[in-house]
Amino acid sequence: MHRFANPTRFLRLAAAVLPFSAAVAALCLGAGLVWGLFFAPPDYQQGDTVRIMFIHVPAAMMAMGVYAGMAISSGIALIWRHAVADLIAKASAPIGATFCFICLLTGSLWGKPMWGTWWVWDARLTSMLIMLFIYLGYMALWQAFDDQTKAARAAAILALVGAINLPVIKFSVEWWNTLHQPASLITMSGPKIHASLLWPLLLMIVGFGAYYLTVLIYRVRAEIHLRRTRMLRLAQADRHAAMQAAE
Amino acid sequence: MSRIFLMLIRRDLLLARKQGGGSLLSITFFVLVVSLFPLGVGPAPETLERIAAGTIWVAALLSVLLSLDRMFQADLEDGSLDQLALLPLPLSLVVLAKTIAHWLTTGLPLTLAAPLLGLLMQLSPDAYGALIAAMLLGTPILSLIGAIGAALTVGVRRGGVLLTLIVTPLYIPVLIFGVSAAEAAAQGFSYSAHMLFLSAILSGAIVIAPIAAAWALKLALD
Amino acid sequence: MVDAPVLHGRNLAALRGERLIFAGIGFALERGGLLKLTGRNGAGKSTLIRMIAGLVAPFTGSLLWNGAEVGLDREGFLADLIYAGHQDGLKTALTATENLDLFARLRGTSDRDAVAALESFGIAELADLPVRYMSAGQRRRVSLARLRMTPARLWLLDEPLTALDVGAITQLGRVVDAHRNAGGMVIAATHADLPGEAGDVLEIVPPADADMDDGMEDAW
Repeated sequence: MHRFANPTRFLRLAAAVLPFSAAVAALCLGAGLVWGLFFAPPDYQQGDTVRIMFIHVPAAMMAMGVYAGMAISSGIALIWRHAVADLIAKASAPIGATFCFICLLTGSLWGKPMWGTWWVWDARLTSMLIMLFIYLGYMALWQAFDDQTKAARAAAILALVGAINLPVIKFSVEWWNTLHQPASLITMSGPKIHASLLWPLLLMIVGFGAYYLTVLIYRVRAEIHLRRTRMLRLAQADRHAAMQAAE
Repeated sequence: MSRIFLMLIRRDLLLARKQGGGSLLSITFFVLVVSLFPLGVGPAPETLERIAAGTIWVAALLSVLLSLDRMFQADLEDGSLDQLALLPLPLSLVVLAKTIAHWLTTGLPLTLAAPLLGLLMQLSPDAYGALIAAMLLGTPILSLIGAIGAALTVGVRRGGVLLTLIVTPLYIPVLIFGVSAAEAAAQGFSYSAHMLFLSAILSGAIVIAPIAAAWALKLALD
Repeated sequence: MVDAPVLHGRNLAALRGERLIFAGIGFALERGGLLKLTGRNGAGKSTLIRMIAGLVAPFTGSLLWNGAEVGLDREGFLADLIYAGHQDGLKTALTATENLDLFARLRGTSDRDAVAALESFGIAELADLPVRYMSAGQRRRVSLARLRMTPARLWLLDEPLTALDVGAITQLGRVVDAHRNAGGMVIAATHADLPGEAGDVLEIVPPADADMDDGMEDAW
């Protein structure tokens, strides 16, 4: 566990992984988009609008997946005082929030032709909206502390509390939705995806995952450098204080 | 240990009484928010009846939110929080005692005031029982989850706004089950499932919230 | 008493944020002992006191009470400890007596007389006055009167002389001496001289550069 707590070791590992994740992201996203947008057949019911799914579904999956990753690294950070895990959680949040936002945006774009309105309080979209709020709260909590160690611990506690709450929220929103929505609505994404759509979708999902990993590595790396800068500045202030005390 | 725990609840109740205004302020705010709705959507009884339970719950939720930032802040400011943390009692139980006191001075008075607002909002006569029962189960959850938010943001700049941002999304299940219990009752359906869900959330929150809030409070003490 | 209660700190270090405040602090406190913490501003006197109370987690080192790790019986240790921080920790809406009684009863003692405790700091006349109306010096005295409200043996005083006049300082000296003569222990962080019998002095100095680098290496 502690092997990767050492930032230097993490940086070395990151440097090795980065070219691969970047290449996989570029290849999969490129191929998936071209395949999905130009070659995959239109849906017999939804026509070309179904192509929004190639962005919408991976974004939704990643929004949830990134939160899960954030919660796990927060747990590791809390229990083992693992410094890099804190940074992974911190760096993940804006990426996850962006996925969340993309999911909402594409959902809304998809809603216009399908439901004739830009926004429908559909159970999935509503859960996603709440998740975006939770991401934003998490990010705001990080910002609120000057002391990074405290910020990390507070944010980790919130991430875990959020992780416990999210299934309850999701369940309650679905419950609420069945009460208030006529059941005849077409639900977005389901098991009834045709195989010709499945492959480009899979490519896009892998691409989104690799993209997340790539951006995550960049962000964590920047955080580590930022912390080192801060350490040096603190040391400079301390040295000055020590010199003044000696005089 | 249980003597200290009870003493701690009495302490907070005593302080709420001496410093005054806390509960009254929450109730006033509660009534104020609810009375905005007829002004906003029009006074037609059928419209009001339709939104009554939802309005009352949303207003109750906002009132609780408004009261949360004083939960630990006052004790932090005068140094009492240090003394509370040094009681021969686990910090999570200190938090639980303060949360119970918070509920007794906020959630409980709001629940008692709710029937009055039901009258103002033309709440269906069948829904009163469900509304009060759901609020009795739901408002303690609001205090418990709120304690986590209050502990995370105690001593933080612009903590109040941040607290609202953090806590509100976590309140959504309570809102949903609370409102739909009253709506089910109004339509003559059983609302026991809602009560069971609320009880389940309450049991989970009683276990988790004091521990999480105690962790968070330690950050403020450090 | 055969096994005298002794507080023993070993190799304590504090990290605030990413900064190592002090390192390698050790001390031993016998029955009736007084330990005075000195050091320049920001050296970590308050932090060390809060660390002994358990409010701040030590970065390294351990604290022994009666020869056992404090963490093993934290509640027993806390029941035997009073911390007087630089904030008074008083509720301004309550009277002096109410504050003291509340303090004692939260610690499970109710047999101590609040007025007598206030008397030893010369403010018994203000017993029924809400703290809100008191001056900083008077509040400080009420705050210190808590020391007399429980049988706790270990007193942790953070800058106890702040806002006190000469008379009150003498009174505090008498209270401290009486406590030590009865076998109690006192740790006080202070710039000025404490009145009363002398005790040990521990000067907290900033960590050497080598220590500082170690701290950074561990953290990052």
